[in-house]
Amino acid sequence: MADDVLYTVEAGVPQNPIEDLLRMDRIPHIWCPGCGIGSTVNCFIRGLQASGLDLDKVAVVSGIGCTGRVAGYLKLDSFHTTHGRAIPFATGLKLANPELKVVVYSGDGDLIAIGGNHFIHAARRNMDMTVILINNMIYGMTGGQVAPTTPISATASTMPHGNYEPAFNLPHLAESCGAVYVARWTTFHVRHIIKSVKEALLKKGFSFIEIFASCPTLYSRRNKLGDGLDQMIYFQENSEIKNGADTKSVGVDFQGKIIVGKFVDIERPVYHEAMYGHLKEKYGEEYMPSDEIKEFISGQNGD
Amino acid sequence: MQDESGVLTGAHFIDGDHACSEGAIAAGCRFVAGYPITPSTEVVERIAERFPFVGGVFIQMEDEIASSIAIQGAVWAGKKAMTVTSGPGFSLMMEHIGYAAMTETPCVFVNVQRAGPSTGLPTMPAQGDMMQARWGSHGDYGIIALCPNSPQECFDFTIKAFNLAEQFRVPVMLMMDECVGHMIERVVIPPPNEIKVFKRRYYRGKKKDFLPFKPEKDLVPPMIKAGDGYRFHVTGLTHDEKGYPSMTVGTQAKLVTRLSDKLKVNEDKIIEYREDGVESAELIVITYGITSRTAIPAIEQARKEGMKIGHLRLITAWPFPAKRIHELASKVKAFVVPELNLGQMVYEVERHAGSGVKVEPVSHAGGTVHDPKEIYTAIHRLMKG
Repeated sequence: MADDVLYTVEAGVPQNPIEDLLRMDRIPHIWCPGCGIGSTVNCFIRGLQASGLDLDKVAVVSGIGCTGRVAGYLKLDSFHTTHGRAIPFATGLKLANPELKVVVYSGDGDLIAIGGNHFIHAARRNMDMTVILINNMIYGMTGGQVAPTTPISATASTMPHGNYEPAFNLPHLAESCGAVYVARWTTFHVRHIIKSVKEALLKKGFSFIEIFASCPTLYSRRNKLGDGLDQMIYFQENSEIKNGADTKSVGVDFQGKIIVGKFVDIERPVYHEAMYGHLKEKYGEEYMPSDEIKEFISGQNGD
Repeated sequence: MQDESGVLTGAHFIDGDHACSEGAIAAGCRFVAGYPITPSTEVVERIAERFPFVGGVFIQMEDEIASSIAIQGAVWAGKKAMTVTSGPGFSLMMEHIGYAAMTETPCVFVNVQRAGPSTGLPTMPAQGDMMQARWGSHGDYGIIALCPNSPQECFDFTIKAFNLAEQFRVPVMLMMDECVGHMIERVVIPPPNEIKVFKRRYYRGKKKDFLPFKPEKDLVPPMIKAGDGYRFHVTGLTHDEKGYPSMTVGTQAKLVTRLSDKLKVNEDKIIEYREDGVESAELIVITYGITSRTAIPAIEQARKEGMKIGHLRLITAWPFPAKRIHELASKVKAFVVPELNLGQMVYEVERHAGSGVKVEPVSHAGGTVHDPKEIYTAIHRLMKG
């Protein structure tokens, strides 16, 4: 009998280094066996811990869907908003109090289909937030419908004869719209994700990380691709790290090669700093920024 | 000259849209997100002009959907916030009115109504969004809606809208219309110390195991904000007092009933109407917004001819003064309800008046205001007919 016990957990004592950042009273989570979202949450927490940020000042905003449930499992100030609108909610949070490090954590359908308009405008404005997009190439929560990220020829419940709509190449979309940090990984690349999360969190401006994750229940099964482990093997065997790759060249075909890496890391004026700088230059002492913006910016400048 | 708090104390000659902007500033609103739409745009234009000098942040978002949720993000970071729109934009905001109701996010939605449906008459008035304001988002919830009839009231009621939003943690609608929005009149802005501003109630208790959605006696929970170390969760899903999703029949009943009841039990503190000559009246004209002004010549004419006519003007269209209408219904022979729509609030009057009294709408499809003769004709027919 004792041989069957792999490990024991003592009640009330944290056993896992990420437990402090999870709402353990909400575990078990709702995700399916073999789903990749949980792995990304683990990586996110480790990246967050590595960033050294004040955790009381980190707010996570999710939309709707499987990935939209992430906010509710993180022991941070967390907001589960409406479908597609995590980014504009995060915009309000950030502009009201720039001291907050605002993270948007949501899925491909949420951020790119219904929320696509907000994604492109937040990138254009260089709104200071980190957007973590979990791309499982399908609508999971609602039962496997086609997404703007579903590859051509894959089958979905609303593309039962195979998909004939082209998918978005998200790193290219993000870069074209003005994101200052763009990286892509798969759930196979746990250490790379942790490093990218840390970099993105410490980067000023609109940072974007796309993470391919398995959806065994609704994507793999319908497309006869096996289970979560098979999808992980696919990620392992078909991904290639190409840091600095031209984002135009990183589109993904059905079960095709996935180019991963850090593609973009540039500097561009951040929205609230541009606003402050412009108004300060134009109006000098007459300009009255909010206390939060004034304190945050003078704190940064060491005034 | 504004004082430190941004209040433009003094007498001004401005339109309702601009007065609304000043009301928001006086109420302590320091975050506005909006999207251009006639006839409301002047509100955000003035906000954009003024905010850099009063410590506010204005952002023109990519659409009304974004505006109506950006303000809620700002509220959870500690700001008082509003968005401003008209018909088509108001339609786009409906989901977020529901989100504000469900998450108890205090915020203000200004709707400068124009004639619809759809694009309708962008530059012309109507009161066609009254039911949408109350019922537009899916599910059961309560909201407050105020109806100003002058630029002065656009100033006063914007402040009132913020105060009510804070006090009851509900979305509050300021139901203006193109006529009130673009009408220019004298607006007196009092000194800041004479302006009653409700300060947000914050929870200040322990951080461990606290219940952010546990209501106080008035059924309203105190607020918290991001960055204060509470590590709270907010969701539009049915949630328990901890704020955690709890999708059970029991939690749904408890939460949704409270969201509706918190306005019902506090109704007497919220409902406001103005009465003129109702006690001795045989017929009462029930109005709100701009219609409360177009009805006056009709009422005066009828009184001059010896008819006993009362005037009840709704300040809060929602919650509706059901008890008062019911009470008055036993004393008069008819209610006349002129509206710049084909009949909306008149349903509410009918519902509470009961069957013993005649309720007559004076409908108008919008685009301009009533000719007072139309209202007079209805009064005359019911009194003499």
